[in-house]
Amino acid sequence: MTSDIMANSPTAAESVSGGVTRFSLRGGWTLAASRGLERQAQSLVEKGRKAESVVVDLSGIDRLDTAGALLVNRAREALERAGATVAIEGVRAEHRILLDETTFSLVSTPAKRTLLIVDLLVDVGLSLVDGLHEFYRGTGFLGEFVAALGRTVLSPRLFRGTSLIYQMEVFGLRSIPIILLINIAVGAIVAQQGIFQLMRFGATSYSVDLIGILVLRELGVLLTSIMIAGRCGSAITAELGSMKMREEVDALRVMGLSPIEVLVVPRVLALVFSLPLLTFIADMAALFGGLLVSWSYAGISPPAFLSLLQEAIGVNTFMVGIIKAPFMALVIGLISTQDGLATMGSAESLGRQVTAAVVKGIFMVIIVDGCFAMFFATISY
Amino acid sequence: MNAASETTRPIPEVLISVRGLIVEFGAHRVMNGLDLDIYRGEVLGFVGGSGQGKSVLMRTILGLVQKREGAIRLFGHDRDGLPPLELRRLEQRWGVLFQNGALFSSLTVKQNIQMPMRESRDLSQRFMDDLAMLKLKLVGLPPDSAEKLPSELSGGMIKRAALARALALDPELVFLDEPTSGLDPIGAADFDELIATLQKTLGLTVFMVTHDLDSLYSVCDRVAALAEGKVIGEGSLEDLLASDQPWLRAYFHGTRGSRLIGARKGKTDGQAPPQ
Repeated sequence: MTSDIMANSPTAAESVSGGVTRFSLRGGWTLAASRGLERQAQSLVEKGRKAESVVVDLSGIDRLDTAGALLVNRAREALERAGATVAIEGVRAEHRILLDETTFSLVSTPAKRTLLIVDLLVDVGLSLVDGLHEFYRGTGFLGEFVAALGRTVLSPRLFRGTSLIYQMEVFGLRSIPIILLINIAVGAIVAQQGIFQLMRFGATSYSVDLIGILVLRELGVLLTSIMIAGRCGSAITAELGSMKMREEVDALRVMGLSPIEVLVVPRVLALVFSLPLLTFIADMAALFGGLLVSWSYAGISPPAFLSLLQEAIGVNTFMVGIIKAPFMALVIGLISTQDGLATMGSAESLGRQVTAAVVKGIFMVIIVDGCFAMFFATISY
Repeated sequence: MNAASETTRPIPEVLISVRGLIVEFGAHRVMNGLDLDIYRGEVLGFVGGSGQGKSVLMRTILGLVQKREGAIRLFGHDRDGLPPLELRRLEQRWGVLFQNGALFSSLTVKQNIQMPMRESRDLSQRFMDDLAMLKLKLVGLPPDSAEKLPSELSGGMIKRAALARALALDPELVFLDEPTSGLDPIGAADFDELIATLQKTLGLTVFMVTHDLDSLYSVCDRVAALAEGKVIGEGSLEDLLASDQPWLRAYFHGTRGSRLIGARKGKTDGQAPPQ
């Protein structure tokens, strides 16, 4: 196998007689010769450039394919441009067809040359416009969602209870183990850091205040939201995206059903109901983690921890975290469903949408959290 | 080499031969001792009912499905006895058109066509561009489709672009898996014509899995029919039409088959369509 490909490498023997340069081509002028084929064709042009008249003799050729034929044609064109008359001789019938088929003028696409700075500015402008469009579409989507929700409230017949419960199981119940795990760990880490830093001032017991306030106000809800944005947001986008790709969404639409009502409302509602519950579990888990570390590192016994905690926090501390949860859920749900439904036909598009949904989801969760922090500070809650 | 190819020309050279092929998926036996030859320069149409394993046979020859027993000879070499490197070299001598095109969705049409060249040949970018445009012209796509992504193409254009990719390395043998499925009759007829033209100009051997009776009529030199894991009939279309095999009768003389045959006959020799 190897040997007969090697033995068939393309060659062009040159002979000059009376002003006529004759190239006798031999071997296999096929793509199998890779760069060798290109080099041979190039050498034809270089050697024949000065000649008045060139004859290319194909009779000795073993095999010719479209690549070889294309190169012979291109060499002929180049020589003709250089002012030589070119004749191709000894062409077999099957090679003649190939040579004819491969004669075509290359449509040269003019290469666009632009300044780097211009490209940069164009990119910045485009992404700004894209961002605004995205915001505009997002607002529209929120409106559609609210309208669909309103319709569901007005005629409860439209409400998809089974779907809602199923989604709550998937998003809520099945997220509990991972939420428990990371929040115990985070509670423990916060406690450990707090104890070590506050030990220097002899204020170890204040670490309980730190844990209580930080976890209940911020960390519990924030970590849960980020986790859910990663775990459920991506799943929603991928699911709706593949439904869109396989025209299932269109099938819903032609049945007179609104994809927003059927697909989006149950998912977003499931998130809105699940996330506060998960946040509660997360809060408890983090406090438990903190309790364990306080007990083992600082010797604060569980009853002491609880009484210190009671002094440090109020119901409002807990409520600040819980109030934020449904809004976080709304943001995650709307972003992931919208990105899922915006999927175009290709697998690449689906991958892009899933990534975008998760990144946007986490980003928006943090932004919303920041807005709430300012809001609660303003109303001194 | 030259002398050898001239002496073999009168007797058609067997490119692929399959003997006693058995393929099983779990307990389900799909191929049950199948024999088949593909000769150089022919267009072999391969028909069979849905789920009978037409595509499985193609995929087994290509090495995408593992066989249980039997021998597959590729270009005269036993597939099992080939070292991986030699096998890869042989694989470059065929091109495959998958049923849904299987174009890489993240690459443009041009990059799709250049993919095999880039991976297994050492060529300058200019030449590859030139070649890609040539392939596009051969399959009848406009030059501006080169920069398009597969998602921007229509079904017929995807098939054409996928065919251009299958032809990228100038293969001797092309496998087509239902090339005309999902195309409208005009598009399908055009595609049949394209296959016939390319087969003549490039001297291709074509193995075509198809359901399309029109394709069988218009492009295939030889037809093989698959049922119950075996080739139950092979030969020219006329041979199969004359066969008494029950499945073949049902296939070719069912409502659609006989209507088509009737139409063809009526057109060619003025006979009344058989009832």
